[in-house]
Amino acid sequence: MREESTFRVKSGLAEMLKGGVIMDVVSAEQARIAESAGAVAVMALERVPADIRAAGGVARMADPTKVEEIQQAVTIPVMAKARIGHFVEAQVLEALEVDYIDESEVLTPVDEAHHIDKWAFKVPFVCGATHLGEALRRIAEGAAMIRSKGEAGTGNVVEAVRHMRSIGGDIRRLGSLDKAELATAAKEHQAPLDLVRKVAEEGRLPVVMFSAGGIATPADAALMMRLGAEGVFVGSGIFKAEDPERTGAAIVEATTHFEDPARIAAASRDLGEAMAGLEISTVEAQGGLLQQRGW
Amino acid sequence: MAPPVIGVLAIQGDFEAHVRVLERLGAETRTVRTPKDIGGLDGLVIPGGESTTMTSGIQREGLAGPLRDLVRAGTPVLGTCAGLIMLDRSHLGLLDIEAERNAFGRQVRSFEADLDMPALGGALRAVFIRAPWVAEHGEGVEVLAEVDGHPVAVREGEILAVAFHPEIEGETRLHEWLLERAGRRCRQASDTKNGGQAE
Repeated sequence: MREESTFRVKSGLAEMLKGGVIMDVVSAEQARIAESAGAVAVMALERVPADIRAAGGVARMADPTKVEEIQQAVTIPVMAKARIGHFVEAQVLEALEVDYIDESEVLTPVDEAHHIDKWAFKVPFVCGATHLGEALRRIAEGAAMIRSKGEAGTGNVVEAVRHMRSIGGDIRRLGSLDKAELATAAKEHQAPLDLVRKVAEEGRLPVVMFSAGGIATPADAALMMRLGAEGVFVGSGIFKAEDPERTGAAIVEATTHFEDPARIAAASRDLGEAMAGLEISTVEAQGGLLQQRGW
Repeated sequence: MAPPVIGVLAIQGDFEAHVRVLERLGAETRTVRTPKDIGGLDGLVIPGGESTTMTSGIQREGLAGPLRDLVRAGTPVLGTCAGLIMLDRSHLGLLDIEAERNAFGRQVRSFEADLDMPALGGALRAVFIRAPWVAEHGEGVEVLAEVDGHPVAVREGEILAVAFHPEIEGETRLHEWLLERAGRRCRQASDTKNGGQAE
């Protein structure tokens, strides 16, 4: 019997992206550059997060024409973002046959209590998380892939590190608990007990976990891999750099060789200026953190 | 007798899933990222992943020549999904086939299905993810399974290539095939070596 869109098929695509770099692009031309730099997938956007942050106002799903233009430009998977809770934007992206939907805090949320019921879709979803409970709630809603949120559009990886440390640390702590203690742990994490049990048993999330938010250099990408990420999303870090194609290829190389400092050094040489970074305290003062969106 | 050493190409993709299956079956594994990782391998796995990323990684690392030498010397190979593409005429040129990428369509068309593969022990549940199929193949290529009339599992000499992902579905028979071949090769090599020393 043939079955489309089983959870194994949805989470399986994330398995195939492992060890790779997913790059934000805003045009067909950028998509082609990302593909030739070695991206495993592209995220089709109207604007990269740094520009969303600068523009202010309400950030929405990209124009379907833009998404299609990017789909036609490359053969690697194309992802696109829907606003948190905006299941109609997600249905539109599904109708366009994007390969993955990112229910993303980078766009302006439309529902302050509920995320999208992701089980209702054939297209798989990736969702952001700042800690283990948030990751497990998203998986319970049907997410087939998790990414740490970090703080998008800052070129500052400190928040992504905080989130990966938090998720990794909590997974290790669950593994040390007695079985009888897991019910209380589930309550504390506000996460379903069956998922908490599974994480405690296997020592990992039940889906692939990438890292995102502020990654701007080859060393940043390798750092996230060392902290347990299985791949990385790079948003503004590529096309806000002086030489996007070389920066993209260098981040891809460092992600493959993340345990080899000599290779990371070689990849980091003479790339020109990385994107300008922002202090998190400045971002906070100027209108708040994107990572606090989502519940 | 030492277990055979299986190299798993680890430029990108689900190489860890292959490593887990192989180690459960008792093999020794080595991830392959550069030409120096290739020496002394008894078998090779080219995993699933993104074929364009893998192609540019193989080029960046200068791996195409060493991989071809390894396989042309008779080392058994298992390729899954992107691995099947890597082996075709337009990529490493080790298998006399032409693969059609994303042949079933975008991710919403990805599926799982029961597949009958008598040559490797019968029915199995196969997971196809943005999978390729074999668009064209030479006479020496044996087709082991088809979906919608298109070959999705082929064998030629010591090379077995499939469009699906046995490594993520708990299926071990394809890896057992590889290990059986690799073990034989490993024993032959050690017999030759011991014979050489006795002379």
